Amino acid sequence: MSFDLSLIASSLPKILQGLGLTLNLLAVSTLFGLILAVGILLMRLSRRAWLVWPARAYIYFFRGTPLLVQLFVIYHGLPQFGFIRQSVFWPILRDPYWCSVIALSLNTAAYVSEILRGGVLGVDKGFIEAGKALGLSKFQRTTRITAPLAVRLALPAYSNEIVSMLKSTALASTVTLMEMTGVARTIVADTFAPYEIFIAATIIYLVLVWIIQTAFTLIETYTNRHVRKI
Amino acid sequence: MADIIVLEKMNKFYGTYHALKDVNLTIAKGEKVVVCGPSGSGKSTMIRCINRLEEHDSGRIIVAGEELTDDEKKIDRVRREVGMVFQSFNLFPHMTVLENLTLAPRLVRKTATAEAEAIAMKYLTRVRIPDQAHKYPSQLSGGQQQRVAIARALCMNPEVMLFDEPTSALDPEMISEVLDVMTDLAQEGMTMVCVTHEMGFARSVADRIVFMDHGEIVEVAKPYDFFASPKSERARTFLGQILAH
Repeated sequence: MSFDLSLIASSLPKILQGLGLTLNLLAVSTLFGLILAVGILLMRLSRRAWLVWPARAYIYFFRGTPLLVQLFVIYHGLPQFGFIRQSVFWPILRDPYWCSVIALSLNTAAYVSEILRGGVLGVDKGFIEAGKALGLSKFQRTTRITAPLAVRLALPAYSNEIVSMLKSTALASTVTLMEMTGVARTIVADTFAPYEIFIAATIIYLVLVWIIQTAFTLIETYTNRHVRKI
Repeated sequence: MADIIVLEKMNKFYGTYHALKDVNLTIAKGEKVVVCGPSGSGKSTMIRCINRLEEHDSGRIIVAGEELTDDEKKIDRVRREVGMVFQSFNLFPHMTVLENLTLAPRLVRKTATAEAEAIAMKYLTRVRIPDQAHKYPSQLSGGQQQRVAIARALCMNPEVMLFDEPTSALDPEMISEVLDVMTDLAQEGMTMVCVTHEMGFARSVADRIVFMDHGEIVEVAKPYDFFASPKSERARTFLGQILAH
């Protein structure tokens, strides 16, 4: 078997044509996922059982099943039902892009809500008590003390989740989307050279991960500036 | 003088553990009360009930004219008038000293930022660290942090100050700088309730000493009487233990 470096070089620009869709899936799903995660977090932290249990069930379900299965259920499974094909959601649910976004968002929301919960539980109770003693309302304590400190505590785990999400976008190729992995698979089908093509894709993913990691390191350094001693 | 804190037959349980037993205590405006007793005697629990960081199970607590109940609005009103200093300082770590001091006046009292900062600088000067205003708490020593915490509570212009073992987490050389600030405050007429083991401070500043043991107030006396001739056996034992060295 021969190894063709030039094939790696020539396939890089082709795979990069899928970069836009990869980043699009990552950004849109991360955003929707985060919004959903905050909602689930508030339910999960509530004292009312009828809010806590749906949140727990949601988290259990979406962390407990493979993302690929969730994607297939949404893309291949839901259209089996006539009422879904007749519903107003059908234009969205028949579109592989939106199905991917929905699956990725629902899945990441389960993880992110738990990451944020870890941050909230990590906030020293003494700071909350100081806020109470000063007469701050519950809303003021949450927004000015708990949330900013919890976010700082959650950042390392959250960056992990973003990296994980980047790689999860590759699953969208299984529902016909031409993001980077989808493009790579098409080229492999044409060239019968999986080794070189997937190495090219690997290189791009590694560069992206490096950028994400570096960005989070900068954010963490900035938000933890108060911890540094002079 | 008007009574600013009234505790009437207050009881507190943690599960089946009876943490406070029929506590009765009335504190007048301007009074300085030191609460002492062995660890686990309920001193901190009692002081934390006064601004409802702990909920009492029976009896009445009336602070600055408001009875403490489940009513959140009343609780917030009371907390605005009651400053508290904690053993572990509890300065907000993500805010500068100045931001720590101006947060509650701005949000709770709706004071304009410039005015809140002026008030903050006034109190930072009184606790002798105006030059640290733009630092973060982690950049200060323990003694400095505790003085900032005192200034933070004072910025709300409270009627009463509660101190929950304010020097217990400090290195020995920093204790006096905090006690000096507290002594100044006492001399200016602030109403103070201090849980502390600093008997020198108690002797020189307190109007009354409240001695607690096993969740009960065992003895209330003037400092001279308390130290010279404690009435209860438990107080004698306690004083023997802490003054032995």
